[in-house]
Amino acid sequence: MNGARVEFRGLRRRFGSTVALDGLDLTVEPGELIALLGPSGCGKTTALRCLAGFEQPDEGEVLVDGSDITRVPANRRDAGMVFQSYSLFPNLNARDNVGFGMRVRKAPAARRHARAQELLELVGLPSVGDRYPHQLSGGQQQRVALARALALEPRVLLLDEPLSALDAKVRVTLREEIRRLQLSLGITTIFVTHDQEEALSMADRVAVLRDGRLEQVADPATLYDRPATPFVAEFVGAMNHLPGLVSGDRVTVLGQRLPVEGPSPDSARVDVLVRPEAVLVTPVDASGGEGDGIVMVSSFRGSTARLRVRLDDGTEVLADVPGHDSARFAPGTAVRVGLVERPVLVAARPETAVAAAIPEPDVV
Amino acid sequence: MRDSRTRSKSRWAAVPLLVFVVIVFGVPMLVLLGGTFTKEGTLSTANLTESLQGAYLTALLGSVKISALVAVLGGVLGTFLAQAVVTSRFRALREAVLTASGVLANFGGVPLAFAWIATLGNSGVVTTTLGLGQHGWSLYNFWGLTLVYLYFSIPLQVLTVVPALDGLRPQWREAAQNNGASTWQFWRYVGIPVLTPALLGGVVLLFGGAFSAYATAQAMVGSTVPLVTLKIADALTGNVLIGHENVALALSLDMIVVAGLVMAVYLPLQRRSARWLR
Repeated sequence: MNGARVEFRGLRRRFGSTVALDGLDLTVEPGELIALLGPSGCGKTTALRCLAGFEQPDEGEVLVDGSDITRVPANRRDAGMVFQSYSLFPNLNARDNVGFGMRVRKAPAARRHARAQELLELVGLPSVGDRYPHQLSGGQQQRVALARALALEPRVLLLDEPLSALDAKVRVTLREEIRRLQLSLGITTIFVTHDQEEALSMADRVAVLRDGRLEQVADPATLYDRPATPFVAEFVGAMNHLPGLVSGDRVTVLGQRLPVEGPSPDSARVDVLVRPEAVLVTPVDASGGEGDGIVMVSSFRGSTARLRVRLDDGTEVLADVPGHDSARFAPGTAVRVGLVERPVLVAARPETAVAAAIPEPDVV
Repeated sequence: MRDSRTRSKSRWAAVPLLVFVVIVFGVPMLVLLGGTFTKEGTLSTANLTESLQGAYLTALLGSVKISALVAVLGGVLGTFLAQAVVTSRFRALREAVLTASGVLANFGGVPLAFAWIATLGNSGVVTTTLGLGQHGWSLYNFWGLTLVYLYFSIPLQVLTVVPALDGLRPQWREAAQNNGASTWQFWRYVGIPVLTPALLGGVVLLFGGAFSAYATAQAMVGSTVPLVTLKIADALTGNVLIGHENVALALSLDMIVVAGLVMAVYLPLQRRSARWLR
């Protein structure tokens, strides 16, 4: 199997008055796993269904390896799809589900069964061939669905939130396995999800969609570290919005002067966007004078703990500290708050909040 | 200890139901068997033999024939109607058809017969308006009765299969398409097999409904169409010959045997078609 190049060109789709796709342009390289990420209603599933042939775009085209497949019927497209859940045929056992496409193509039973067995082994379920879907767990069902999608050696694999109905542990195992399989088969894969962790951990590139448009497409690290728009910054990972004042190519925030990442905005008063892990907090010990704020909430997450700190001026800041340190940051603890010395993203401050929230800086 | 006592106590809750079943089914069954095998005070199979000869046999076969026809036609037409309603974009149409089905499936007896007589009988409104009589139309024969039976059987089939059709997930159709299947192949390999248990159940229900129907036929066709239920009534009331009450009981036993045979065919089919459900 080798992957195909997939292109969405100016894809538009309306459902009544709702615009699901508003001119989507996106190219997926051969063998790449790309995640379509966004809140519900952003158009990610519609885009996938246009590629599968279950939806017709109102405008625009879908190309696979350069040829326009926009009007090709769904049953003649070379794309295997895994649905959200409950898509296995309930009247067929796992083997016949996987062999369904070959049965439709009139392949002899022996070859069909051999191929189905081969695929069941590939997805780690060599001995469930005789079981019916309702006798399989959710995770097993999705593995069988994956085997079925791969049975006809498609050049594109489409995954429509295939893990969303599974419990957390199975989800993590299965996503690693899907990625491993995808890499070994080299199949171009488009993965729709609303779970940013899933997208970041699996994909070569992540395309963030909003209101039917592409906000940003980038590899996970770039997306996380250098979000192109405030929406992406907000949607991917947690983000602090701290009031700041720009002068030149630097911004003053929490009493620190930091370089601005990217072009400086027109206005001087800005929101500085800072990840919780870039916020430094230290507890104020008995002798250490005054702090900047008080820990309000501490949520332990294993390797880290996330603190919600209220500063003296009322601003709330999220900060991550190592999990083993969390005992030092119990709610009520007075802390000093600073930022890691590195360039920060800034965004124009929403009009309403301006005057009240920004303290005049002491030193500029 | 306490558990088992609770359990044995809870069994008493079923007693009223069991008593009811014994009285309502058991006692008549005993009377039926006793009467069937008694002639002029002695043990005999003469009633049973008579019930399987001549006009009685014709009536029994007539009942089986019309019931089978109604079951198959009603099953097919009802399923198509149900599918049309389920896939319709008009919610109001769906509600209207389902409500109408709920009413019509319970429309039977003499009122049903009169509704048809007034509409399509020899002097019915439609018959006279369209002059159907001149073209040889008559409601009072085998096909007329079939039509009237379908009038409550099709809605009954709609009510039986709509939940099953609603249970067909759109993902199955899409997954089939994604695997290269045409619409026909989807129905052949997935849709129909998934629906079969419900369809079979519906067909058996229709057979039973038509087989046991009496009042409609009595009011409509009298004795023109030979039916076992009409013969039983005749024999019980001494309408034709007196002293044939026990032949009526034998005919009832014949009906029970036919129903048993239908179940003997239906149950293995049902089990086979629902194999994937267990």
